[in-house]
Amino acid sequence: MKADPKNVLTGSHYLDGNYACAEGAIAAGCKFFGGYPITPSTEIAERVSQRFPLLGGVFIQMEDELASMASILGSSWGGVKSMSCTSGPGFSLMMENFGLGIMLETPCVLVNVQRGGPSTGLPTLPGQADMMQARWGSHGDYEVIALAPDSPQESFELVIHAFNLSEKYRMPVLVMTDECVGHMTEKVVIPPAEEIELLERKYTDKKPGEALPFEPTSDGVSPMIPIGKGHKFHITGLTHDYRGYPVINAETQEKNVRRLIDKVNMHADEIIWLEEKDVEDAEVVIMAYGISSRVIQPAVAKARKEGIKIGQIKMVTVWPFPEKRVRELAGKVKSLIMVEMNYGQVFLEMDRCAAGKCRTYLVGHAGGTVHNAVDVYNTIKEAVK
Amino acid sequence: MATAVKQKSDVILQYLRPHKKMPSVWCAGCGNGIIMSAIIRAVDKLGYSKDEVVMVSGIGCSSRMPIYLDFNALHTTHGRALGFATGVKFARPDLKVIVITGDGDALAIGGNHFIHACRRNIDITTILINNAIYGMTGGQGSPATPSGAFSTTTPYGNVEKHFEPCELARAAGATYVGRTTVYHATQMEKMIAGGLAHSGFAFIEAISNCQTYFGRLNRKGDAVAMIKSFKENAVMLGKAKKMSEEELEGKIVIGTLYRTEKTEFCDEYQRVIDSLQGGK
Repeated sequence: MKADPKNVLTGSHYLDGNYACAEGAIAAGCKFFGGYPITPSTEIAERVSQRFPLLGGVFIQMEDELASMASILGSSWGGVKSMSCTSGPGFSLMMENFGLGIMLETPCVLVNVQRGGPSTGLPTLPGQADMMQARWGSHGDYEVIALAPDSPQESFELVIHAFNLSEKYRMPVLVMTDECVGHMTEKVVIPPAEEIELLERKYTDKKPGEALPFEPTSDGVSPMIPIGKGHKFHITGLTHDYRGYPVINAETQEKNVRRLIDKVNMHADEIIWLEEKDVEDAEVVIMAYGISSRVIQPAVAKARKEGIKIGQIKMVTVWPFPEKRVRELAGKVKSLIMVEMNYGQVFLEMDRCAAGKCRTYLVGHAGGTVHNAVDVYNTIKEAVK
Repeated sequence: MATAVKQKSDVILQYLRPHKKMPSVWCAGCGNGIIMSAIIRAVDKLGYSKDEVVMVSGIGCSSRMPIYLDFNALHTTHGRALGFATGVKFARPDLKVIVITGDGDALAIGGNHFIHACRRNIDITTILINNAIYGMTGGQGSPATPSGAFSTTTPYGNVEKHFEPCELARAAGATYVGRTTVYHATQMEKMIAGGLAHSGFAFIEAISNCQTYFGRLNRKGDAVAMIKSFKENAVMLGKAKKMSEEELEGKIVIGTLYRTEKTEFCDEYQRVIDSLQGGK
């Protein structure tokens, strides 16, 4: 279905990444936002608090991030597209109920405008060091989907995409932006509503009494059960059977957790979104995501100008990790480089998948600023040797 | 008389999940069953359909209740039921949202959520089962464990002071506050019905017995002895008002302690939405 024209600010705007996230949510039909102020994500909440009520949506400033995450799960089960945003310590606090969202297979979107950590760290400066927390931050075994916009324009687009993925795969989806993207003001072109494709939630077509909230299906995704329509479902964060009742044994645990993992893995090819450039004949491939994928451009351009066969992969999705593609490339290239604002989080995955078939390099630092192009260039020179 | 009893149990059975096998996880003699049946009778009396009731809970013995009741049920994380319920209520203001919680769930890990839900005066009826101990994890002290009382984590007697949940709720902004005990099942039913019919945050403290842990560790006897002690120590609010502080020592004041009308959160938000759209 198409976006509702009422929700789409069609036209060219001069917006920062945070405002663009808010506009993406509105265009996607999000009508509930529970959030808590935290730098550098707060402008998303501020924009939402101003824009949502105009369109019949609800913004609540909850008492903390624990409640924010809980509230969006509740409203999603109430049948409303829901979102929250946070940064730094707020992301840590949300991890408990993010896990509940995974366990209850609840569609919703969570934006993390990353700042430097650990702890209070650098509230006003960028980082990309929450990537492994995005992957593994809540206890237990599960798969996640995480997107990384590189600009305000992409923030708008990827929030919409995140809503679509969350409805399609019935799970929380993460948008991992950062302070640079969040506070960077650029041109954002919002298309007409009829050009914005939205995926609507799939509800069960079974009768009350027959529909199961976690029914096994061939595509691994159970249709949702609507509230207040006679189904009187029970859902729980405990390990549960298809009916949603707790069953505390190894056999049910296996089925429950497998479903959470399989539904992402079996659709990984469809979910993974890479933008590749000059990779075909490359001797070195440089990988990056979010703001870092833009920061590498001068160094890559200089290297190419000097005749270095360098290709690049911008990871629009970071999780699930493009394992297949990296394994393939590792057999062909001399080196793979990962550029990220941390000390090697997604790098570890790249290195694991390279499995010793090529050299791997990390251009990393602790955050607080973007990369120095010289560091990137020097690594390229080293990697091509 | 026999007919009357049968009719009551019919009402109860009608609200239990058809597919959920008994027995419950609760110990024999646990007060939770009395509270569950009071909720059923209150809902039945008000004529709500099972489908329009949503029960949200956190973690603990109390929070296992939604599994047995044939409502829309969300069993969530420890202390966070009210956050979850706030989202449900905003998504579906037409539904009747009940949060079932315990003294550990609501007053310790969920204390912040509790006071803020009271403050917002959102239309949620919260029933706090207060048995003064953590039952599910095996008898640890809670913020409602009285000073000096024994638990598995207060082996020398509780050195902390305890919360008075009703006073906390009222101070935080709840607009319907009542206390009752599992001995006073009929009063409990009326109080829950009153809370459900009330527009705003209704808080009911249901004093209950955990003979398995609190009773055993504090030599309070079995379930019957504990419930009898609630009967003996309970004082109706009207009478309590005429008693001195010394006379009220160790007593449980029961009744609807506070009630007022204030704008409800979802209604207020809707008014803002309407005014913004009307102005366009």
